[in-house]
Amino acid sequence: MSLTRQDVEKVALLAKLKFDDDQLDRMTDHMIQIVEYVEKLSELNTQDVEPMAHALDIYNALAEDEPRPGLTREAALGNAPKSDEEYFRVPAVLGE
Amino acid sequence: MNETPYEIVIGLEVHVQLKTNTKLFCRCSTKFGNPPNTQTCPVCLGLPGALPVMNKKAYFLGMKTALALNCSIPKFTKWDRKNYFYPDLPKGYQTSQFDLPMSEEGYLDIKSTNDEFEPRRVRIIRAHLEEDAGKSIHDEAAGKGDSRIDLNRTGTPLLEIVSYPDMRNAAEAKTYMQELRLLLTYLDVSDCNMQEGSLRCDANVNLHIPADNGVIATPIVEIKNMNSFRSVERGIAYEAKRQYNVWQETGKVLGELPKQTRGWDDSAQVTRAQREKEESADYRYFPCPDLVPVIVTDQQIEEVGRDIGELPAALRERLETEFGLTTYTSDVIVNQGRGLVDYFLELAEASGDNKLAGNWVQGEVLRILNEQEISIDTFKLSAAQLAEMLKLIQSGDLDSSKAKDVLAVMLDSGKSAAEIVKELGIEKVDEGDLEDLCKMLVERNPRVVDDVRGGNEKAVGALIGQAKKENPNVNPGQVRQICLNIINDI
Amino acid sequence: MSIINKTATEQLALLQSREITSVALTQAYLDRINQVDPAVGAFLRVESDTALTQAAEVDRKREAGESLGKLAGLPIAIKDILCTQNTPTTCGSKMLENFVPPYNATVVEKLFSADAVILGRTNMDEFAMGSSTENSAYHPTQNPWDTSRIPGGSSGGAAACIAADMAPLSIGTDTGGSIRQPAALCGCVGLKPTYGRVSRYGLIAFASSLDQIGPLARTVEDTALLMEVLAGHDSLDSTSVDTPVPPYSETVHQPLQNLRLGVVEQHFGKGIDPEIEGAVKQAIATYQSLGATIKNLEMPHADYGIATYYIIAPCEASSNLARYDGAHYGYRADQAEVAAELAEDGSDEGPLVRMYRKTRSEGFGSEVQRRIMLGTYALSEGYYDAFYLKALKVRRLIRQDYDNAFEQVDLIIGPVTANPAFVKGEKTSDPMTMYLEDLYTVTANLAGVAGISLPCGLTKNGLPIGLQLQAAAFQEEKLLRAAQMFQHATDFHLRRPELL
Ligand SMILES: [Zn+2]
Repeated sequence: MSLTRQDVEKVALLAKLKFDDDQLDRMTDHMIQIVEYVEKLSELNTQDVEPMAHALDIYNALAEDEPRPGLTREAALGNAPKSDEEYFRVPAVLGE
Repeated sequence: MNETPYEIVIGLEVHVQLKTNTKLFCRCSTKFGNPPNTQTCPVCLGLPGALPVMNKKAYFLGMKTALALNCSIPKFTKWDRKNYFYPDLPKGYQTSQFDLPMSEEGYLDIKSTNDEFEPRRVRIIRAHLEEDAGKSIHDEAAGKGDSRIDLNRTGTPLLEIVSYPDMRNAAEAKTYMQELRLLLTYLDVSDCNMQEGSLRCDANVNLHIPADNGVIATPIVEIKNMNSFRSVERGIAYEAKRQYNVWQETGKVLGELPKQTRGWDDSAQVTRAQREKEESADYRYFPCPDLVPVIVTDQQIEEVGRDIGELPAALRERLETEFGLTTYTSDVIVNQGRGLVDYFLELAEASGDNKLAGNWVQGEVLRILNEQEISIDTFKLSAAQLAEMLKLIQSGDLDSSKAKDVLAVMLDSGKSAAEIVKELGIEKVDEGDLEDLCKMLVERNPRVVDDVRGGNEKAVGALIGQAKKENPNVNPGQVRQICLNIINDI
Repeated sequence: MSIINKTATEQLALLQSREITSVALTQAYLDRINQVDPAVGAFLRVESDTALTQAAEVDRKREAGESLGKLAGLPIAIKDILCTQNTPTTCGSKMLENFVPPYNATVVEKLFSADAVILGRTNMDEFAMGSSTENSAYHPTQNPWDTSRIPGGSSGGAAACIAADMAPLSIGTDTGGSIRQPAALCGCVGLKPTYGRVSRYGLIAFASSLDQIGPLARTVEDTALLMEVLAGHDSLDSTSVDTPVPPYSETVHQPLQNLRLGVVEQHFGKGIDPEIEGAVKQAIATYQSLGATIKNLEMPHADYGIATYYIIAPCEASSNLARYDGAHYGYRADQAEVAAELAEDGSDEGPLVRMYRKTRSEGFGSEVQRRIMLGTYALSEGYYDAFYLKALKVRRLIRQDYDNAFEQVDLIIGPVTANPAFVKGEKTSDPMTMYLEDLYTVTANLAGVAGISLPCGLTKNGLPIGLQLQAAAFQEEKLLRAAQMFQHATDFHLRRPELL
């Protein structure tokens, strides 16, 4: 399948990235190249193969419902690019 | 029921905060109302390198609820990531369940208490676990200032219960919510506080409009922000009318418009379109590599099932058949929650009179609870104490017309019913004394005797009045009966 | 011979017999770093003050007769990807330039309780994405054997600091070969443990189902020593496995009897450098001389490893790296610039979304952006089945190849890379050729099995050649014992680059 510049632009929006024209051209080229390569998987018949999302077949890692101390607010907000004494601060969702 | 030229088709997605001490994937407290950003850790802040570990209790509370909703529990369930960017979602994805939810295919039966609709079975598509997001507080003047983010709630366990579009009017949707809330309360799996957001509801609504060549369906709209039972009812009712008007104007039908999201504005009593996202929703679900699947055994499912206890529908049935209560009375008692049912059961047992117990619980006890705005847990009078009073009524030692006064004094003073009866001087009048009093009154009032014998039984009322003057403790019914007997024997 | 030329195991003995102090040892390494790291660039940050304080504390404890951990007084370098409380952790990215974690990775906790002395943080490809350490946002790392060449990656700093004697032990991470490939190119030992053997808690994720932390050292013996400290179950990592940790450092000297080695035909296919092929075949012959039997293995899906890996890893990465959006920590684009940009291009994008996009485009380097794009694309509607789901299925086939192989042999033996270290800049413009660097290593990550890289020769140009051994899940002990047999019989691990 051929990946277009428009497709790449759409993916960039989903991924919350932004490219200028040159970057977009380059990204499109690279992605086409890589996608062409990985499409070699279609050579394989995988009809009855169980997908493998985890490296190991392990189950039921469950923790007891017992509270443990977390972070102070100071520590929680400590790395925030912007905050007040109580909250993280981010730009408004909507424009004017 | 008001007739409309259309049928409303409603499916509800209900989010229930489960009653755990800690969050779904970390051990931070889930307590409501603490100062912002004081209940976080590296995991729920989504800090680099932090990893989730699933809360066992949350899973089993979810299973208990699902079983109570008659869902089947698959042996294998897994976790998926729902990817989207929002500041109250610090990881950039919500951990949820996509293609293999922890439960599926159940139902909840609902019925109307005032004949608004026929009893109905609302089928459940699935109930799955997921983590809650934090809270964004937006500036009043949108776009002017920053939004403030509180991540205390981030990661609180939610059970999302998704119904089939089986409801056909707003009252059904409201009743479904109420019945679901009642069930959750009986299961003790959630606080179910809609104001605090521990029970939330989104509705998918569209219309089926009869037409010459079948039925026309309008585009589906998802309504959000309905924070009370009343707003569920009003939001859906409003949206139905709005969709009908829009259809009449535009003629747009299902499939011609993308699914729209509208928010219920409770102050304006309207739904408003929410701004469309830049990209169409593409959540790129995939299995969460940081969490391992859960496998349960039949034995575990059975154990949880045994822990469910009697549910509202079964209790209503039992109060009617086994205890002889009316549908209305059993509804009222059961709908108040397990506490009042237990109170009733204890009272019925101790008093030996199911109907009397039912009437008192449904009547006076509930009236006082409402008046005092308290629950049965904090009601001062134990069932045993009240039973004592009911026994006095049964034996005739306490006149039922006086019983409410006695109950009031019991509540105030904490004294026993017998003590109060004595103190108030409202003991029952001796049978012999009563006969003598009635004989005297009949002799003293020949005109009343004539009237009664002439067919006007009501005339005997004058004798009751006089009897009360002589002795305020007399039972008016008894006086009436004895006097009539004497007159008839003359 | 300087103290820093000794192995960690030897140093530990000297510390225990009080022939040297940890302060002296630590100072010797700090001096060495001062001397050679300007040319190598293995470290992002050297933590001299805290290292000497920790060393002094270990010396004090030893003096006072207090109980000491297994690595007491030994210096160690840590790849800058493990969160350390109140210590900057950048992951080689501008995005985390000012990030100071409020918590410790489990492995860091383990190193503290083992009384190790942390020398500093080593350089890496940004978010562990790369095979040359050229993708570091800060500076490249040079191969100590030839500073015009790359050290491999992503744990390039971790391998280079061992090769240049700037640390006796170091910690790396391996998602598709990121420990083994730089270990091979720098001529040291690097172990990628079984998935689930070492806790990932506090390891800044690249691809969660593939990432593993592992040790790098000069010798197999030292590797075993460090592995013993790193391994073990952690209740904070759901994918960590609760299975006993053998005393690797004790058993490592026990040779394996009747060792059955498997050779995979595709490992010697076209593209492999003849010198590498020769060295690896020579190593196989060495094993035969030690009593091992060799079996040719069919691993029919080995050639699909790279394609599978370059779908799965970017998919997971696209989600794992979504958290770097400027909202709660890390880099955020300038708010005034965001507003100006929005005003200029008249987009109806809100300030929040534009902040996200500008932050991520400025904060991530091009390779990271490329992988986020690939992963986002492969998971998006309409492509999920063809790419992601397909890759998960092929992953299963690759795993089955391994299962079949390990029914027949104890270990798989082969090369780590097809070529020795390449010249800096040689592959930066062509991502696909760079990706093929991982050809022989990715399958172990996909299958979750263990692998080790150890030196088995030098090219005519004096560049190290790596030998790879792979074992079934949780067979690290076997891997280490077999590797030690080789080092016992050869002296490739004793060669040093002539640096400065
Ligand atoms: Zn938390």
